[in-house]
Amino acid sequence: MSKGKSAVKVDKKYFNLAESPNELSLESGEKLGPIKVAYETYGTLNEDKSNAVLVEHAFSGDAHAAGYHEGDDKPGWWDDLIGPGKALDTNKYFIICSNIIGGCKGSTGPSSIDPKTGKPYALDFPIITVGDIVKVQKHLIDHLGIKKLLSVIGGSMGGMQVLQWVASYPENVLSAIPIATTLKHSPQQIAFDEVGRQAVMADPAWLNGNYYDFGQPERGLAIARMIGHITYMSDRSMEEKFSRKLKEKSKNLKFTSDFEVEGYLKYRGDAFVKRFDANSYLYITKAMDYFDLSGDKLIPKKKKPKIRFLVIAFKSDWLYPAYQSQEIVKLLKARNIRTTYCEIDSTYGHDAFLVEIEKESHLIKHFLRSVSGSLANGEAGENGETDEYSI
Amino acid sequence: MGRRMNIQSNGISFEHRLIAGLVKPQATVLDLGCGDGELLSYLTKKKQVEGQGIEIDEQAIYKCVARGLSVFHGDLDSGLKDWGDKAFDYVILDQSLQQVIHPDTVLQEALRLGKEVIVGFPNFVQLKARWQLALRGHVPVTPALPFEWFNTPNLHFLSLLDFENYCTKRGISVREKIFISGNRTIKFLPNLRAETGIFLIKKD
Repeated sequence: MSKGKSAVKVDKKYFNLAESPNELSLESGEKLGPIKVAYETYGTLNEDKSNAVLVEHAFSGDAHAAGYHEGDDKPGWWDDLIGPGKALDTNKYFIICSNIIGGCKGSTGPSSIDPKTGKPYALDFPIITVGDIVKVQKHLIDHLGIKKLLSVIGGSMGGMQVLQWVASYPENVLSAIPIATTLKHSPQQIAFDEVGRQAVMADPAWLNGNYYDFGQPERGLAIARMIGHITYMSDRSMEEKFSRKLKEKSKNLKFTSDFEVEGYLKYRGDAFVKRFDANSYLYITKAMDYFDLSGDKLIPKKKKPKIRFLVIAFKSDWLYPAYQSQEIVKLLKARNIRTTYCEIDSTYGHDAFLVEIEKESHLIKHFLRSVSGSLANGEAGENGETDEYSI
Repeated sequence: MGRRMNIQSNGISFEHRLIAGLVKPQATVLDLGCGDGELLSYLTKKKQVEGQGIEIDEQAIYKCVARGLSVFHGDLDSGLKDWGDKAFDYVILDQSLQQVIHPDTVLQEALRLGKEVIVGFPNFVQLKARWQLALRGHVPVTPALPFEWFNTPNLHFLSLLDFENYCTKRGISVREKIFISGNRTIKFLPNLRAETGIFLIKKD
C-alpha cells in the first residue's frame, strides 16, 4: 500500500486511570492501578457525540488501526477499512481504537513498571479477562464523554471484546459487529494457545517471566507465533502462497529452511519477537481461553437490548469456524434481535478478516448507514498478505 | 434461492404489491428466502414493518444489506428451529416453498414461528403448462415457470388445488387466497388459469 495523497498522519494518545487508592477491581478479585491506556482516534466526534465507533484489535494488534505515524512506511493494521470514504468513513464517524491492558503496545501490561517495586510486573501482573479489558475501555469512552457507541467492531479476539461490550454495557452500544469470532474457545482453540504458552515457558530464557534484564525468550516466542500463523491460514491459501516451492533451486537435504513455507514461518516468528512481549503472549491467550459468553451470558434471559448485529464469518476459517458465529446468531434469534449474518466465501482462512476488504467493506458500510439512519429517524435500535500486526 | 421476478410495475412486482396488501402496518415479518430483498424492502417502506430475511445466496445477501435490511445467510431447511413460537406477526414464503428440500417441515415451522403465514408459489398445472406437457410433450416453461429442467431451482411441483388439499389435511385454515394471471387477479377456474397463487394461512 502506498502512502499517496490519502496518507493521514495520526498520533498515539494516552489516558490514565485507576490511580491509587482507586485501583481497578478485576474479575479475579485483584486490583490493578495505575493504568495507562494507549489509544488513537480518527475523524471528528460530532456535537451530540452519536457518531463514535470503537474498533477492537485482535490478539497481537495495537491502538494504531489506521493512518501513518510520523516516519512510518506502513499504515495502521486496518487502514484498508478506516479512512475518508472507506467503510469506517472518517468523514462521518469518529473512530476510536485502544490497546488492550495486558498488552505491550502502550497500555499497562506485564512489561510495564510495577510502581510497588520499580521493576516490570512480569508474573506479578494480575490475571486479566476480556471483561477487564472492556471495563478499561468503558472508562476511556466515559472519559471521551461518549454515552452511546454507534458501533463496536472487531475480528477474532477483537470480536470477543465486541461481544463483551454487549454483555457488560448493553445500554451503551447501538450496534455490534463481531467478525470471525466465538462465544467461547473450543478445546481445539485452547489447545493451540496452550502449545504456544508451553513453547514460551519451555525456553530457558523465559526465567519464570523475569527476563526483562536479559532479553526475551525469543526461541519459544517465535515458535509460538509460527504455530499461530499456521492456524491463521488455510490449506488452500498455503498451497496458493507457497505450494512446495523451495527457497533455492537445489535441496541440500539438511534441516535448514528449504521450503518457502518454512522461510515464511521463520520470518514471521523472528519479526514477532521484536515487537511482542512474551509475558503478554501468556496473559492475553489465557484471557481468550477464559472468555465464555455462551448460554445466557451474552444476553440475560428475557432481556432484549436494542442492539443491532452484523455477524461475519469466513468459509475457510478453521481457527474460528463459521459454526461458532452461527452459535452467536442462534442466541440472537432466540432473543428476536435484528441481525444480519453473512458467511463470506473466502479461501484465506482466519486471515480473511484482514484480507477480504471489499466484501467486508460493503457489509459494514451499509450496515452502519442503516444503523445511523435509524438513529436519525429516532427509532434508535428498534428496529493478499496479512499484516502481521493484526491477529 | 432464485426468486422469480414477474411482471414489473413501478419497479415492484404485482405479486409483491398483493402480498403487501395482506400485511398490517408495523408488523414483524420474517421473509424466508428473501432473495435480493425487494419484497422486504417494499414492506419496510410501505408498511413500516420490522423485517428479517433468510437467504442462501451470498450475492443476494450483499444486495439485502445495501437495502438496509437484516438478513441471515443460511438455508430454510435447517435455520428455523432457533426462534420461539409465534415470534413474528407474519412469516412469508414467497416463491421459495417449492425450492426447499422439505416443504412440509418448513411450512410447519413457518406456522409455528408466525401468527400468520403468507405463501406465494407458481401453479404448476396452469393451462399453458398443461398444454406443453400433454400435447407438446415438454416439461413446461412458462412466464411463471421460466426455468428449463436442467437449471430450475424448483424441487417440488404443486397446483393450487394440491396446496388447498394439503391445508385441509394438516388442519391449516386458509384466511385469504389470491390468484394471479398476468398482471391481474382472477376468481374463475383458478387452478386452470392462474399462474401464481398467494395464500394467507394460519394454524393455532
